[in-house]
Amino acid sequence: MNASALIKTVPAHRFHGGVHPPEHKVESSETPIEAMPLPSLLILPLAMHTGIPADPVVKPGKSVCKGEMLAEAVGGISASVHAPTSGRVVAIEDRVIPHESGLKVPCILIEADGEDAWRSRHAWPDWQQRPMDELLSRLRNNGVVGLGGAGFPTDVKYRNKHKPIHTLLINAAECEPYITADDRLMRERAEEILKGAQVALHLLGAETLLLGIEDNKPQALAAIKQAAELLHQPLQVCVVPTKYPSGGERQLIELTTGQEVPAGGLPSDLGLVCQNPGTLAQIYRAVVKDEPLISRITTLTGGAIERPGNYEILIGTPIETVLNHVGAHLKQADRVIMGGPMMGFALPSIDAPLIKTTNCLLVPTRKELPRPMPDNPCIRCGHCEQVCPAGLLPQQLLWAAKHRDLESAQLHSIDACIECGACAWVCPSQIPLVQYYRYAKGEIRQENEEYIKAERARARFEARQARLEKEKQEKEARRKARAEAAAKAQAKKKAEGAGDTAQDDAIKDALARAQAKKQGKTDTANETSLADLEKALELAASKVKKANERLVAAEQDAPDMANALRKAVTKLEEKHQQAQKALDEARNKEPSA
Amino acid sequence: MPVTLTSPHTTGAQTVGRVMAWVLAALIPGAVVLIASFSWGYGINLVLAIATALLAEALMLKLRGRPVGFFLKDLSAVVTAALLALALPPLAPWWLTVLGVLVAIVFTKHLFGGLGHNPFNPAMVAYALLLVSFPMLMTTRWANPDLSLSIVETLGIIFSGVQPIDGVTGATPLDVYKTDVDRLVAAEILQSPVFGNFVAKGWDIANLAFLFGGVFLLYKRIITWHIPVSLLAGLGLMALLFSWDADLRTPLSLHLLGGATMLAAFFIATDPVSAATSNKGKLVYGFGIGVLIYLIRTWGNYPDAVAFAVLLMNFTAPFIDHYTRPRVYGQSKAVKGFKHDG
Ligand code: SF4
Ligand code: SF4
Repeated sequence: MNASALIKTVPAHRFHGGVHPPEHKVESSETPIEAMPLPSLLILPLAMHTGIPADPVVKPGKSVCKGEMLAEAVGGISASVHAPTSGRVVAIEDRVIPHESGLKVPCILIEADGEDAWRSRHAWPDWQQRPMDELLSRLRNNGVVGLGGAGFPTDVKYRNKHKPIHTLLINAAECEPYITADDRLMRERAEEILKGAQVALHLLGAETLLLGIEDNKPQALAAIKQAAELLHQPLQVCVVPTKYPSGGERQLIELTTGQEVPAGGLPSDLGLVCQNPGTLAQIYRAVVKDEPLISRITTLTGGAIERPGNYEILIGTPIETVLNHVGAHLKQADRVIMGGPMMGFALPSIDAPLIKTTNCLLVPTRKELPRPMPDNPCIRCGHCEQVCPAGLLPQQLLWAAKHRDLESAQLHSIDACIECGACAWVCPSQIPLVQYYRYAKGEIRQENEEYIKAERARARFEARQARLEKEKQEKEARRKARAEAAAKAQAKKKAEGAGDTAQDDAIKDALARAQAKKQGKTDTANETSLADLEKALELAASKVKKANERLVAAEQDAPDMANALRKAVTKLEEKHQQAQKALDEARNKEPSA
Repeated sequence: MPVTLTSPHTTGAQTVGRVMAWVLAALIPGAVVLIASFSWGYGINLVLAIATALLAEALMLKLRGRPVGFFLKDLSAVVTAALLALALPPLAPWWLTVLGVLVAIVFTKHLFGGLGHNPFNPAMVAYALLLVSFPMLMTTRWANPDLSLSIVETLGIIFSGVQPIDGVTGATPLDVYKTDVDRLVAAEILQSPVFGNFVAKGWDIANLAFLFGGVFLLYKRIITWHIPVSLLAGLGLMALLFSWDADLRTPLSLHLLGGATMLAAFFIATDPVSAATSNKGKLVYGFGIGVLIYLIRTWGNYPDAVAFAVLLMNFTAPFIDHYTRPRVYGQSKAVKGFKHDG
């Protein structure tokens, strides 16, 4: 078997714009991955992923084994949480998590016992023989989420494919400066990555495995190629030039396939699923070896860190512990960044734990990444436009955001902005452009929500109005009918005088009784159907609420998913309104008291 | 310790001050040629204009309650002043230059909100206003390349108000050709010494020097090619269509190398604040300026037309922007016009 038959090189396309910030990769890429020692306390947030927080299945005081489930996934989009080592659950309480907001959320606290004793694991070397459903449950029960971005639950990604998938794209571009976690992983554990890819291909029913990698990682590429040979795994390789943000999902898809993900759509619309090497390795561990996601490779780097490099760290290790281990001089830095310098965020507190999505902790010295200078006004030089990978006009977006002209922001397709920061990087006026866009996006989201709310209120109001109107008309009609009947009766009485009324009355009574009986029957019938309708309405309402909750969560970290969810919410809302209408109509039919 | 700073946490090395400094640097070859072949007046005007601009800028910033030092460092006022000084006739009296700079900095820039907010090109507003208000001074104070004065004599003309003696000043080649073409044929017109051996004595080399500076800016990625190329294309196309007979109208060579063409194409029309935004928009904008320059030079009342052409296109820039938005990633076609559908 020769190399060319198995491994095919495909030419790279181009994407618009992009920038070349200093790479700062070698600081961390040249030393092997090192395991971080066991911490004494671990903090495990119930929500380290996009979606609904996991539900605790342990109580304080319980002893747990390494890998034992602490909290299980609930609902559609969720991921379970596991004990990273053996020990005791000491508390379930609110702790600060690595999020820009600095909010405290529920976390499970584990005191390590130092044994690091595993729970029983059931390896599936024969995973290919297992039904799909079992494989997917394995992912879910082992808490696997995307390790590159927002932590989207992997099983959901594979379950929700609405289009046939033909290609699995490995996103190995890793274009953010400083970060080398995937690079190192590929160099050292290429086989695991490809075995994970085989599981993913199987789950997706895809044939093609495509690797998109920047040309600054030749050793990683060589390792992957070698592993592919070893595993007889056909592989297409697309080496893309080093340019930020080539690792943006949409940009890498454009680079490797020449296609663009349609606006508002997902890569699966093109028959593609994108996954980064770290996630693939974890898929392998979870499905084949039955190891839950309890540790990850994180790049620790920056001028203020004495021993930068890539470390294998247990999820839940307090960031302070992590930084102490590598000798971080926090006095030299004025921020600790989770993620890279282009898209990462400054941690509000280092008390927060390392979570499933912490791919990098960057502690730059003040000189390395100085505080922003005061910004000049936009001189409309257009440098931002030349580098925007989404093809936007950042200067126009800035204008719109500054003037709170949301209409204009949407005209300029602000929702296509991936917040890569390339525009802000080149801006000679040093304008924090991305901050403006986030603000405008938030405003638009809020306005949309308000609009939906107002629409709902309007619909309710109109329905009520219509019902009242109808009731009034019916009442009027009945009154008229009664009056007419009375008039007729009177006229008849007058004409007949005092005839054989006794008999007449008897018949009338009987008729009336029959009528009443009938009425009663229809009344109960009406009631049962009313109850049904009310139940249906309640169900619809709760569905809308749940979908909305999920939407809010998704909008924070998975804009891709948010679009799909938004559609779903609108649909559910329609259903809700229909139910409301049906109920109203039924109530109208009810004879008024 | 940790503070909330948001991404990106790093920026490139470019600053407004640096961008403007490169523009100034790129103006140097052209300025040197103008001084050497025509008059010290260009140099004197440059100094005078820049000094006035800095003073006016500082004053306006102070009045508007802005940090003076911070904004003076951005050098944008210096660029505006330099462009105006290089466009004005070199032997104009000092107050004309000062007045022009004040119009540019105070009225066109700061009263519209300062750097980045002026819908019109400040230097060109000033130029146009001076041309309309003082047509005599603006057309008769061009220097004669064959009779250069010493620096002291030049200072005398600019500051003391003495009338320059005959022969010191002269009409520009564009002017000469336009007036003469009604009664002479090309061969006769070109006998005039203003045309020299190449295209237009002094002007041709100056234009080439500005072209050189402009290409340097392109190379440094300070400007993009869209406006200069489309401007020259617009002007060139019009000249090819209507000026193919040099006996009838000013020929292409003189259009390109005669007046302020290269200065306009690379330095004036490219002023980003008042130009169209997207690359496509810039193509339309530049082309429009080129066409207008030809139209006004040929059928208008003024010998050179850069200022009016630029200002007219400034008016259209916001409109152009609405119809030339680029296609965004993932969209099947660009969003055009004023309405959002979705
Ligand atoms: S790069 Fe900055 S100054 Fe230039 S147009 Fe964009 S936002 Fe304005
Ligand atoms: S942050 Fe948005 S506007 Fe700026 S370059 Fe990236 S995609 Fe374009």
